[in-house]
Amino acid sequence: MRRLWRAIRRSPSGLVGIVLVGVFIFTAIAAPLLAPMDPVAIDLANRLGAPTWTVEGPGAHPLGADQLGRDILSRIIWGSRITLVVAITAVVMSGALGVLLGLLAGFLGGWTERVIMRLADVQLSIPLMLFALLIIGALGPSLFNLIIVLALTGWTRFARIVRGETLSLREREFVMSVRAAGATGLRIMLRHILPNVMTAAIVVATLEVARVVILESALSFLGMGLQPPEASWGRMLAEGRDYIASAWWLATFPGVAILLVVLGVNLFGDWLRDYFDPKLQENR
Amino acid sequence: MSPILEVDGLTVVFDTDEGVVHAVSDVSYDLQVGETLGVVGESGSGKSVHVLAMLGLVPMPPGRIVSGSVRFDGKELLGLNRRDLRAIRGRDIGFIFQDPMTSLNPVLSIGRQMTEGLEQHLGMSHGQALRRAAELIDLVKIPQPERRLRQYPHELSGGMRQRVMIAMALACEPKLLIADEPTTALDVTIQAEIIALVNDLKERLGTAIIWITHDLGVVAGIADTVQVMYAGRLLERGPIDAVFEDPRSAYTLGLLRSLPQAAGTGLVPIEGAPPDLRHLPEGDPFAPRNPYATPRCHRETPPLRQADASVDGHLVAAWYDLRQIDAPGPPK
Repeated sequence: MRRLWRAIRRSPSGLVGIVLVGVFIFTAIAAPLLAPMDPVAIDLANRLGAPTWTVEGPGAHPLGADQLGRDILSRIIWGSRITLVVAITAVVMSGALGVLLGLLAGFLGGWTERVIMRLADVQLSIPLMLFALLIIGALGPSLFNLIIVLALTGWTRFARIVRGETLSLREREFVMSVRAAGATGLRIMLRHILPNVMTAAIVVATLEVARVVILESALSFLGMGLQPPEASWGRMLAEGRDYIASAWWLATFPGVAILLVVLGVNLFGDWLRDYFDPKLQENR
Repeated sequence: MSPILEVDGLTVVFDTDEGVVHAVSDVSYDLQVGETLGVVGESGSGKSVHVLAMLGLVPMPPGRIVSGSVRFDGKELLGLNRRDLRAIRGRDIGFIFQDPMTSLNPVLSIGRQMTEGLEQHLGMSHGQALRRAAELIDLVKIPQPERRLRQYPHELSGGMRQRVMIAMALACEPKLLIADEPTTALDVTIQAEIIALVNDLKERLGTAIIWITHDLGVVAGIADTVQVMYAGRLLERGPIDAVFEDPRSAYTLGLLRSLPQAAGTGLVPIEGAPPDLRHLPEGDPFAPRNPYATPRCHRETPPLRQADASVDGHLVAAWYDLRQIDAPGPPK
């Protein structure tokens, strides 16, 4: 624990990342307590109401109100739940799947590798939106199906990077060395190669979180994600686009929220990568 | 004493796109309990491949064991199923590899890597295994064992890492230790320390050792028996003193003459290059480079036979008799 604390203090950017991610997670969990208003309560009298602290103000809403007069701050706070659930589950699912398949492909080689990597190629050759339309068209739009779509489109990135890393690690002398010590293939794969590819996988995961947040926005915008009136940052951003000239707060604040989360996750990912790299650790 | 390892007619080839590579051809020898065998040869002589093949560590394909038998402790190793082979590797036979810089997993602590074999082969609990690992680190004379167990490979020097490798190889008290050029990547001073350490451990533990190297000086410092390999064949084998003082193979003689001498007589290199293992010459593989080769050397492969009656176990594969050609002095 003390080591963790020291590692955090040594890296200012890591601290920023941890704080941003921490605030994000806290907001998502404590949304009902933090949100000043009901996120779906429509108040047409106050539609496009400006934030209280601007020259256009004063209105009743701290970050303004949207085209139906709903409180933007409350919607952002509630929307963080969606973003968190979607981003974390989709990335964890696609990461687990991709790392496992990449390991198998790289370590076993032969037909296992050919099947897995061709599957990845097929997956990559299908346009994302077409694939999303297909799945959601068949299963219907819901949070769960949205996550499935995002997970199924993300695993190829993990698989390709992990396979490449595994290919080079497999030939390293320490693998021969543990093999000569009587380790099974499974043990070599999980205990010796997996920890070595985690750094690369974590970097991919942070990029994936960013991608997933943005994709979720895009899909929600097309009506294939969350259904109104539920608040999703991507949806808010998309809807606010039409009013950008007259009511900038509609699109700006959800955009800033996305920006901060993506930035936080990236900084956190960098820190995590360094934290797990024994070469960058101080002597203990 | 009964032999711990009996190798008989081991032949290993690699099937490549450019043809069949004859890596090891008809190698036979016995290793006694507690004996240290030095295997000498240049790159591609089959010295490493033949031990890797014994333990099923040669990737197959492209590798293929054509014929032969390897009996370890009375049990046939070739064709043994993978599970039984894994149980022998690391427990009964310890392995040390050439490069200590890359033989340890960079992201796992020393302790975690050392305890793995102990837990797997001896069924120790993690706590027991950690205590044993600390003892082993102490055994190979690394100070502060408990601290080392928490460290990662990059925090240790090359010599220390090779000591850790030795400790890991000895962890389960193997009957046989195979060291594949373990000092090649180290500086001479560290090399001397490692050799002193292994000599000390060998006396204490009574482990049989196969020490593979291309350095005759190292062999002189450690081995009881030396065996010289060339192009996958055994050319000469015998007690270390007999082979060094009275080499009977022109290749061994050439190797000894190409060593730097303290007297400063200059080096006498062996002319030519090792043969292409895909197209081995007819007869004795060393014949094309051998100034003493007789016409028969170019036709027939010489068998390994007693070099002379006075020295037991001194074997040579040659049609010529080096004693009758010339005594000391450089060839030509």
